[in-house]
Amino acid sequence: MAQTMYDKIWNKHVISGKAGEPQLIYVDLHLVHEVTSPQAFEGLWENNRKVRRPDRTFATMDHNVPTEDIFNVKDVISRKQMDTLRKNCTDFGVRLAAIGEEQQVIIHAIGPQLGLTQPGEVIVCGDSHTSTHGAFGSIAFGIGTSEVEHVFATQTIWQAKPKTMGIHVHGDFQKGVYAKDLVMALIAQNGVDFGTGYAIEFYGNTIENMSMDERMTLCNMVIEGGAKSGIIRPDQTTFDYVTGREYAPKDMAAAKAYWQQFYTDDESAFDDRMDFDVSSLAPYVSWGTNPGMAVPIDQPFPEPKDINDQKAYDYEGLKPAQKPEEIDIGFVFIGSCTNGRLSDLKIAANILKGRHINPKITALVVPASRAIREEAERRGYDKIFKDAGCEWREPGCSACLGMNPDQVPAGVHCASTSNRNFVGRQGVGSMTHLASPAMVATAAIYGHFVDIRKQTVTA
Amino acid sequence: MEPITVHTGKSVALMRNDVDTDQIIPKQFLKNILKTGFGIHLFYDWRYLKNGRPNPDFILNQPTSKGATILVTGNNFGCGSSREHAAWALKDWGFKVIIAGGYSDIFYMNCTKNGLLPIVLPQTARDILAKATPEETITIDLVHQRVKYANHEFTFEINPTWKDKFLKGTDDIDLTMTYEDQITAFEAKMPVFD
Repeated sequence: MAQTMYDKIWNKHVISGKAGEPQLIYVDLHLVHEVTSPQAFEGLWENNRKVRRPDRTFATMDHNVPTEDIFNVKDVISRKQMDTLRKNCTDFGVRLAAIGEEQQVIIHAIGPQLGLTQPGEVIVCGDSHTSTHGAFGSIAFGIGTSEVEHVFATQTIWQAKPKTMGIHVHGDFQKGVYAKDLVMALIAQNGVDFGTGYAIEFYGNTIENMSMDERMTLCNMVIEGGAKSGIIRPDQTTFDYVTGREYAPKDMAAAKAYWQQFYTDDESAFDDRMDFDVSSLAPYVSWGTNPGMAVPIDQPFPEPKDINDQKAYDYEGLKPAQKPEEIDIGFVFIGSCTNGRLSDLKIAANILKGRHINPKITALVVPASRAIREEAERRGYDKIFKDAGCEWREPGCSACLGMNPDQVPAGVHCASTSNRNFVGRQGVGSMTHLASPAMVATAAIYGHFVDIRKQTVTA
Repeated sequence: MEPITVHTGKSVALMRNDVDTDQIIPKQFLKNILKTGFGIHLFYDWRYLKNGRPNPDFILNQPTSKGATILVTGNNFGCGSSREHAAWALKDWGFKVIIAGGYSDIFYMNCTKNGLLPIVLPQTARDILAKATPEETITIDLVHQRVKYANHEFTFEINPTWKDKFLKGTDDIDLTMTYEDQITAFEAKMPVFD
């Protein structure tokens, strides 16, 4: 019987249990951050248990870190959460990239950056955006804190294998349209729960032509469509990305030979299928309070179809039939595990080069990792951003969820490259409008969204 | 984990779809390093007014909701962030059972780890349950997979493994520790590329 890539990787990791039932599967890589781990470490203490494989566990601090004056953590409770992680990592022998250290990153940037994220692996983290790592051809999904404790103690997890959905993506993007627009369109057109119970495999010429950064953006946001994982077949682009990184296999030839077994036999192996042609896709902008409430830049906002839509319009102070151009942007956030990578900063820098943001706007540019920040500085992006009137910050999750001081003020509309526009997500009373880095950088200049396909200056 | 076999309790209905975990427990309350104390912040932005006082219009603030243990709600409950704090907050407030049209995968798993029973019933059944008055109760019979209210009875599906966990209140880690030999044997066979 034809198998999917997800099936093949899954079957290689089953320790016990029958197909169709929850199975005990092995975890190759466990990523840890300060917010969802303290209760898990506490559970280990209470039961006198150890971290079974510290060598397969890696921690960083990201959600709480200030991005302005990183060593000055003014929030006492934030500081306690980070100090707790530091102590726990020392006590249990877990590697930690602490605040300010060379490797400090958003947790979903650390695996790819260090070569820890590899094809064919099972990767978990107490964070829903763990789906990002599926871009490398691995099974990657977010877990809760009880499961974090379980993985610490046993290096395994009980899971029922999700169904698989194959999304065939074909065609070439128009100038100014990106992976972010593709994933936002999929969610807007199919709903915020279309992927619930599924792992989604993306394939087709559009995917093959994508860089690893774009593949990560795509897999990162499948969770906003309800899917547990996104996954993309590993190819030469993947292998080239992994090669030479700190924890990459030393014998790459052997690793590649092993990884190449992970592909979907044929489309009949998927439980469901979908087809998406990107050639006429327009840039997307979210208008409401979940990622499915989004429209193409040239389309009006829809009539409310339920109470959720009406509440979203009330919260945002917007009306049906208005267009994305009419949103009065007061804040801009370029960053996050969705779009805080080097290529995202490059796109934004190319747009902002020699120009200035609208004076009414506060703009934060927050790289996903210190390595990305340093590379961006070598290329002079920091100067471009600063000259344009943006604030160039230290790495972290920052205003994606505002657990640190980076919050969007109440009543202000924010053009954001992040992944969630839930009520109050970026700060109490804040209003988030999700879009690609190119759309957000351009909105920073004009003070409102514009159709970047019609702009002469693009990335 | 406390086992559940049969549970009878008062209910509250919050018939909204796509309730995300940011709404169940907002980010500013995730800094607590314990598993308890989240109940007072449950549904914070809906439950409290800007001045910090309870919003009298919100269902959980109505005196009749006191002591409710069953939450009847919409589709795709618990979507978004993986934060288990959402399950802890619901549990801490006093809920033992949720009846929704569906759940996000991560939230569902978090419920199974905390003795918070997530039941799936169709809209028609939930519309009937949502009419339960504060004087009435709903009974959940997990053994026979039935929900009973007044003269209505609905059956629900649940994965047998998770059902067994709820019935026995087993600790997963203790159970998995019994697989130690198999885990070690698995590790010995893993490919190495050094």
